[in-house]
Amino acid sequence: MASVCFYFQVHQPYRLRRYSIFDTVDNYFDSAKNSEICRKVAGKCYLPANQCIYDLIKLHEGRFKVSYSLTGVVMDQFAEYTPEVLDSFKRLADTGCVEFIAETYYHSLSFLYSRDEFREQIRMQQDRIEELFGQRSSVFRNTELIYNNELAAAVAEMGYKAVICEGADHLLGYRSPNYVYKPPNADIKVLLKNYRLSDDIAFRFGNRGWSEWPLTAEKFADWVNDVNGDGYVVNLFMDYETLGEHQWADTGIFDFLYHMPGQVLKQQDNDFKTPSEVVASNEPVGEYDAHHLISWADTERDLSAWLGNAMQSNALTEIYKLEQAVKAKDDAALLQDWRRLQTSDHFYYMCTKYFADGDVHKYFNPYESPYDSYINFMNVLDNIQSRTK
Amino acid sequence: MLGWEFPPFISGGLGTACFGLTRAMSELGHEVIFVLPQAVGDGAHGEHVQLRSPTPAQIARANRATTYTSHFPAGMTNVEVRSIPSSLRPYDRPGGEQGELRTTTRVNADGTTEVVVVSDSETVTSAADQPTSVVDFGQSSAKSDHYGGDMFFEVHRYARLAVEIALGESFDVIHAHDWMTYAAGIAVSAATGKPLVVHVHSTEFDRSGEHVNQAIYDIERHGVHAADKVIAVSMLTRGILLNRYAANGDKVEVVYNAIDKNGSVAEPPPAIRRDEKIVLFLGRITMQKGPEYFLMAAKKVLEYEPNTRFIMAGSGDMIRSSIELAAELGIGHKVMFPGFLRGDDVTRVFKMADLYVMPSVSEPFGIAPLEALSNDVPVIISKTSGVSEILSHVLKVDFWDVAEMANKIIAVLRHPPLRAALKEHGTFEVRRLTWKESARGCIDVYQNAIDAGAHRA
Repeated sequence: MASVCFYFQVHQPYRLRRYSIFDTVDNYFDSAKNSEICRKVAGKCYLPANQCIYDLIKLHEGRFKVSYSLTGVVMDQFAEYTPEVLDSFKRLADTGCVEFIAETYYHSLSFLYSRDEFREQIRMQQDRIEELFGQRSSVFRNTELIYNNELAAAVAEMGYKAVICEGADHLLGYRSPNYVYKPPNADIKVLLKNYRLSDDIAFRFGNRGWSEWPLTAEKFADWVNDVNGDGYVVNLFMDYETLGEHQWADTGIFDFLYHMPGQVLKQQDNDFKTPSEVVASNEPVGEYDAHHLISWADTERDLSAWLGNAMQSNALTEIYKLEQAVKAKDDAALLQDWRRLQTSDHFYYMCTKYFADGDVHKYFNPYESPYDSYINFMNVLDNIQSRTK
Repeated sequence: MLGWEFPPFISGGLGTACFGLTRAMSELGHEVIFVLPQAVGDGAHGEHVQLRSPTPAQIARANRATTYTSHFPAGMTNVEVRSIPSSLRPYDRPGGEQGELRTTTRVNADGTTEVVVVSDSETVTSAADQPTSVVDFGQSSAKSDHYGGDMFFEVHRYARLAVEIALGESFDVIHAHDWMTYAAGIAVSAATGKPLVVHVHSTEFDRSGEHVNQAIYDIERHGVHAADKVIAVSMLTRGILLNRYAANGDKVEVVYNAIDKNGSVAEPPPAIRRDEKIVLFLGRITMQKGPEYFLMAAKKVLEYEPNTRFIMAGSGDMIRSSIELAAELGIGHKVMFPGFLRGDDVTRVFKMADLYVMPSVSEPFGIAPLEALSNDVPVIISKTSGVSEILSHVLKVDFWDVAEMANKIIAVLRHPPLRAALKEHGTFEVRRLTWKESARGCIDVYQNAIDAGAHRA
């Protein structure tokens, strides 16, 4: 038998407005653009995808299950700009077939810079999830699946039962990602992304140059069945925006999503599980030993998209340097602004790695260049700093 | 090749482009006969010289084409230079403002001198024989009539002498650089039947804004239409040729300029650590280069970063008004005008600079930012420049957005990681821009022009 475990990442950053060194007001975010993007993606992805998932749960009478990780900043933006999206997530939560897993409220890199901040942001996100959906999760995922043994130990200490991460070839070797593993240093389970099957949907689905195009529900179900004999769970982890935003509706992505579960369930013993169910029903088969930090980004699967150049490490160092000063002020608005600046997207925009080639990095970047984004960020940070005095 | 300045004298200019292309073509195994105007009169050996119209004696002496064998840098084995005594210089304008500092070309000839005088085509003869009829070209002020008329006269006289040279040579294609050589290119093409490629390094709109000199515009337009193929130095320039010269888009190709990374020996850092940051403007101080925007940004920068010095290196017809503007803004003591720099002085000023700014209103290409980058100096360039089409690892601004320019200057001065990232990636990026690549682009255009000519015939 094979289980399919879906986890969708749902996130939108608070994008900054153009902020010059000559600006002095403490209004940093581009609410017009943030609201516009939120509405646009709601229309193309969140609302139709939630409807499709809801229909599938009803159609398969509880045999279809999914999980989500919603960042605090996306929940805030839904509440502000598109409350109907929050309502549709609540409706999904009410089916009992949906798990909302834990992550940092601000989709931040705080694990790397401040453990206090890291723990606090996870608590904040889980509090918000509980308030909206009436559940807390025992499964954690870190921003961009940034992971190493130390992270596993840190969240194990917080009481989490499992952590989600990338199934990196160089750590797995000949082994399959379709089992549950554990780190060498902590009592916690690790769920590994099956990046081949995940990326078949997330990146290759609409690519007409791909040898497997068009990807049908039947074909994909066959690939899931092929796992039988080497593994018991296929972890399909991807950005939720894959559905309708990265892969537009006209690629047939929603039809695929609607028909795939039925094809998977045709095979006796196949099922869909939430991460908590996978963890509850399987013991680790071996160690997943990550000494160095990995992530799910780019082909490198490392941190170079956020920490690849001098500007990025400088900006990150500078923002966490302000932690004590900001917290000492006991000013809720200041604290929130400082935290919203921690969202990893701000540092991703500063990435120079593929800038000249104009690829996926550029597509998601509201700035003309990584240098512009660094200058803008540092100007805002300069103002934040002035507020701590 | 009908070009300018060989070897080049003015950093970053038309001469640099001609030289870079020619050397690269030679290295690629193509033979180049390089025809250029050689300054006449006493000014030929001066440096900062104001050249006026030649005296009758000079004209008589000059009405002969000369062949020079100059000292060539390495790799120029396939190049021969033929110079024509002439007062033409790149960037000259009919009726240039009094007091402007100008530079002339100087070729150190120490080889044989060959005199070639052959008959010429009718059109250029008439221009040469009846100079009064071409004086009408100079339609500007009374002051400029004399010089302006003379310049158009020179253009046609030059064309006649170029034809003389051409008839004694064997070649496949004619490559003419900027408007003063177009007439020569057209005449040589008519006399020899060889295809003409004109290379547009700048247009009258770039040089004069909307106050175009109609006569120059007409020459440019005629050149662009008469040519078999046109090379524009950027998409920006190509757009101007299509929109304002009604050029046929199929004929106009873009070939970007480049830079030769000289294997520069790293100089030891200055012994005394200066606490001042230096922001550099380097180029002609003229309307098209936007000097006033640089100064207005400087004013704003100094309010935040008072320990900054601004250097405006160059000469031009706006140098006086720029000095006055700096004084008016109350930043005169923070702005230096060292005048026109060349050779080692250019390298030296780049080595001193923390940042190079090119706020051009209209820059068809702009080689200077490439020189800055190859000297490890971060760069801010105007979006209205051809070079911004090929550079990603630089900061870009709208020339009129003085606040944003100041914002970016301050950021570069304040944040060493920004400087480091710009340098690291900029140096890498600029290494890919070689004259050999540009020369290959030109050669493709030549081949198209030759094929089109063969097809027509």
